[in-house]
Amino acid sequence: MEQACINPIDTLAACLISAGATAELASFVQILIGVVLISAFPLVLVILLIWVERKVAARVQDRLGPNRVGPFGLLQNVADAVKLILKEDITPAGADRLIYNAAPIIAVLSVLLIWAVVPFSPAHIGADLSIGLLYFVAISSIGTLAIMMAGWASNNKYALLGAFRVVAQLVSYEVPMVVALLIPVLLAGTLSMQSLVRAQIGMWFIVPCLVSAIIFYISNLAETGRAPFDLIEAESELVAGYNIEYSGMKFGLFMANEFMHAFTANLLFAVLFLGGWSGPGAEQYPLLGFVYLMLKTGVVYIFSLILRATVPRVRIDHMMAFNWKFLVPVSIINLLIAALLIQITRLLGIAPAPGETDFLAHVPQAFILLLGNLALIGGILQALRSSGRRDRLAEQARTHGDETAIIPVGSGD
Amino acid sequence: MLELNATTLAFFVFAILSVGGALGVVTSRNLIHGAVYLIISLFGGAGFFILLSAPFLAAVQVLVYIGAIAILIIFAVMLTRSMTNMAEVVNRQWWLSALVGALLLLMLAVGVIFPVWGDGGLLPNQPVSDQVATTDELGTAFVGGEDYVLPFEVASLLLTGAMIGAIVLARDTEA
Repeated sequence: MEQACINPIDTLAACLISAGATAELASFVQILIGVVLISAFPLVLVILLIWVERKVAARVQDRLGPNRVGPFGLLQNVADAVKLILKEDITPAGADRLIYNAAPIIAVLSVLLIWAVVPFSPAHIGADLSIGLLYFVAISSIGTLAIMMAGWASNNKYALLGAFRVVAQLVSYEVPMVVALLIPVLLAGTLSMQSLVRAQIGMWFIVPCLVSAIIFYISNLAETGRAPFDLIEAESELVAGYNIEYSGMKFGLFMANEFMHAFTANLLFAVLFLGGWSGPGAEQYPLLGFVYLMLKTGVVYIFSLILRATVPRVRIDHMMAFNWKFLVPVSIINLLIAALLIQITRLLGIAPAPGETDFLAHVPQAFILLLGNLALIGGILQALRSSGRRDRLAEQARTHGDETAIIPVGSGD
Repeated sequence: MLELNATTLAFFVFAILSVGGALGVVTSRNLIHGAVYLIISLFGGAGFFILLSAPFLAAVQVLVYIGAIAILIIFAVMLTRSMTNMAEVVNRQWWLSALVGALLLLMLAVGVIFPVWGDGGLLPNQPVSDQVATTDELGTAFVGGEDYVLPFEVASLLLTGAMIGAIVLARDTEA
């Protein structure tokens, strides 16, 4: 393939300069087009994503879903978007105008900025930062801020309660997520997203880091505020949560943010644990890599949609206990085991050389790490079993004690 | 003389963000607004780290200061609604803080600006150091034996101590 065809945006500046533009103008136009493309893509995609989500949820619940506007109801969400834009824009009288209006913009920004470091293909990435993964973690923490600002500025008790839950949930689940992400970083020896994908050409990280992949998936579900962790907008308790006072397109922005965030979280799962764009022929034809990435993302995304439509919402104290008493300790033990095993395989000389793309060279290390992961899962299940058994016995002893106290009263009849 | 290019422009944008944000923190009467201004100021600081070729510190600044500390401040303010609309801008200790602020500025001028830009100092267009450290080197320096392993461990102990202290304070007495 011609060099110029692989990434037209990379070669645009050179074309413009040869056409007579100044170097500054050429690079400005090049960067502007890149930024517009990368930020427009998820915004257009989200319209389709809402359709996919509604269809999947409908199928799970034995309904048809949207099927009136356009073929298969595909245009339903375009109609919805037009309706949202045309709706009256209300700012509540007691609201803090500036923060109230800034919150939806920051919410959307916090997701769009993540797309800057997503490696779409070997040749297409917004910016391959040397700290790409850390950038993703830092930017996602800004989303929390937007929801808090919305909750406070609305001057509504339900919105404020929703915002309180956000802090509890998002800040807590960030801890296991970041610890789980350390293991792919240990294996790849880099924080750059493109290098993390390249390190997986031989072996996807889901094999040697099975436990951290599961932890990352669960904590990502919580970070995006989706079922079963959708407590921030629990309709039955909080009416609508932090965005209760928002209407029209401002509400639309929060909704777009939620759907984009869910997709982005699954996209990052595919990038970090399922090899991103890697696949046969991806190096020669970068666009094929993009197709692989979208296919992998689609699989995890559909899985999360089915999960959303089937599981009930967890209670807030259960959710916090699950995070702090289960996910955080497990992720720390997992990190210690993985670091030890990686060091052992390196000392034994069976670890693959950095940049090794051969599948067989990765097998010994991945096998040892997978064994470590399976041992950890076995240990967790055993510990859960014995603690459940203890609770059950204690419960039995208590109810049995109650029965003996009740029986004399009942025996009088 | 400063030449006008993208870097200078970015420097001034970040300078306005951080100084303007800091001014907003001390002048706004609404504590939530103050916290939002603080976030803007910290964001400007993160921009400076990027201009100084320290992207790791920039990301950590956003993650720790904006993502954790500023959010905790807002959370604390939210729980105390009566503090969100204060009548006066300054309290009785304003002269003390002004004195401390002036002293810090003086220290900055004597300690940093004079050695670099004063007589016999480095030229303005000469970098203070020509080393651009990567995240790898930063990590090695933290735990690599002779460099900064002791301060790093002491800081970790301090944080652990603070965490245990917070748990002890928040715990019910009978438990």
